[in-house]
Amino acid sequence: MGAYFLVPVAAALEFALRGPNGTHSLAAFRDIAAQPELVPMLTVSLRIALGTLLITVALMVPTVVWVHLRLPRLRPLVEALSLLPLVVPVVVLVVGVLTAFADAPNLIKGTPAILALEYVALAMPFSYRALDAGVSAVRLPTLVEAARSLGANWPTVLLRVVVPNIRTAIVGSALLTTALVLGEFTMASLMLFDTFPTWMVRVGQQQAGVAVGLSVLVLLTSWALLLALSIAAGRPRGATSLFRRSS
Amino acid sequence: MTAVTARAVRQQQAGTPVELLGLRRRYGAVNALDGLDLTLVPGELLALLGPSGCGKTTALRILAGLEQPDAGRVLVAGQDVVGLPAHRREMGMVFQQYSLFPNMTARDNVAFGPRVRKQPASERRRRADELLELVGLGSHGDRYPHQLSGGQQQRVALARALAVSPRVLLLDEPLSALDAQVRAQLREEIRRLQRELGITTLFVTHDQEEALSLADRVGVMRAGRLEQLGPPEQVYHAPATPFVAEFVGAMNRIPGRVVGDGHVEVLGQRLEYAVDRLRSPGAPVEVLIRPEAVLPVPADAAATVVSRSFLGPVTRISVSSPQGGLVLADVSSVEAAALAPGTAVAVQLRRHPVLVRDPR
Repeated sequence: MGAYFLVPVAAALEFALRGPNGTHSLAAFRDIAAQPELVPMLTVSLRIALGTLLITVALMVPTVVWVHLRLPRLRPLVEALSLLPLVVPVVVLVVGVLTAFADAPNLIKGTPAILALEYVALAMPFSYRALDAGVSAVRLPTLVEAARSLGANWPTVLLRVVVPNIRTAIVGSALLTTALVLGEFTMASLMLFDTFPTWMVRVGQQQAGVAVGLSVLVLLTSWALLLALSIAAGRPRGATSLFRRSS
Repeated sequence: MTAVTARAVRQQQAGTPVELLGLRRRYGAVNALDGLDLTLVPGELLALLGPSGCGKTTALRILAGLEQPDAGRVLVAGQDVVGLPAHRREMGMVFQQYSLFPNMTARDNVAFGPRVRKQPASERRRRADELLELVGLGSHGDRYPHQLSGGQQQRVALARALAVSPRVLLLDEPLSALDAQVRAQLREEIRRLQRELGITTLFVTHDQEEALSLADRVGVMRAGRLEQLGPPEQVYHAPATPFVAEFVGAMNRIPGRVVGDGHVEVLGQRLEYAVDRLRSPGAPVEVLIRPEAVLPVPADAAATVVSRSFLGPVTRISVSSPQGGLVLADVSSVEAAALAPGTAVAVQLRRHPVLVRDPR
């Protein structure tokens, strides 16, 4: 199982290190730092990621909490709905989004901001499941009723009781979302936006070693983040499943 | 210390009257409450007792504002609170499940209510410490819930409920997750605190021993209605219906026969019975008799002792009798020494009125 993930990574790493005539060197990694577009492109993608996860948290936390408290019987249905973005082809999503936002102000449809809106949907299978697992792990109905009987209104209940107790799940879904944004090529490319992944593909057409080295770095960084998360959460089993879903 | 602290904790709640009037609540095909009327006298501890599904928890949750009734009124201090959301009802509640906020220390849990009410930090801390002291956990303020035992968690939950100076205290089977010894101890403490603070308290339980030992009055519920409401002694010794008789305490059902003028014949003896409706002489009935009203006496008779189990001060004897089937008797453990299994006995019944019901 581990080999299934590790062999391609090792192969990519070996390719990035490969120099002319069978030699190996760190030249490709030195070239990464020299790319003038590295920082701007990374900034674009990180900003999209930030927007995506802000919208995701603001939208998904209340949704998941509400489903758990008031509509527990609909949980399977909502879970199935959250998986739809995995089933619907990205091309269809793109066309759908372009139609839906045809009349939106240019600030949204003409800038990568629209990508954040799309990535919220694209990340839903991951963010919903991470939050759902986190909420299931605490006795939410009782905690909420206790807080209400002590005089807390709904906003206070959410901020003081619900969010602190599902913090790990929120961080988890945020990380998964970030990892997704940093690796999403198809949609950005189809919408003719330049983001970190599309830039990486472009670089790869000229300097394969640099692009592959970069992708190895991104991969290892997101793994390190997930690992840190799983250690912080102290739940090895949950961590493994997060790990697999992100790969 | 407790008297002083208790006085400090007791603020405006000098005991609030509560009235539930004609409450109805239906879940799909199930009638959880079928026109429940219940009045709580200021400062009393009223226990609602009943089998699961009888509607007792629904009644408590409607009073708390966590459920809405389909019909009926809830009056607290004379005001209808049905439209009022839970967080504005000023009630303290302790749940069956552990309900402390896992991300907060015991002190912060207790201070949550005052904090939501925007009391200054120093004051709410002082009050939290005072209440933790009151429930005997003064030195545990910095512990997190997972560092506390089940009994300690429920004590903190009690302190947390009291921290908001509630008008009414609602206890939803707060002891049922605890083991027997802790349960008995905490039961006493709840009683002591409730007396000292004089808070009107509704206590919901399916444990008859808990209800009888704790409450000023016990309400026995069945199928969404009150079957009987009265002091524990009355509910136990003078059950209003066969259901109450059988639900509260152990009960023998012995076949007998009506013999006219308010008497039944059972195990060859004539006993007066509480006449609930006209029965013709000779009608077969089941006679309800408490084990402590049965006296097996060694004699050359047809009944024999089948088994004997020691319960401490009393010993429960089962006797097999040709007319009555298996009959349970509670006798003092001293007398039980003469009643080894296999002993032939005569079964005598104490002469006080009994309840009868139609045979199933």
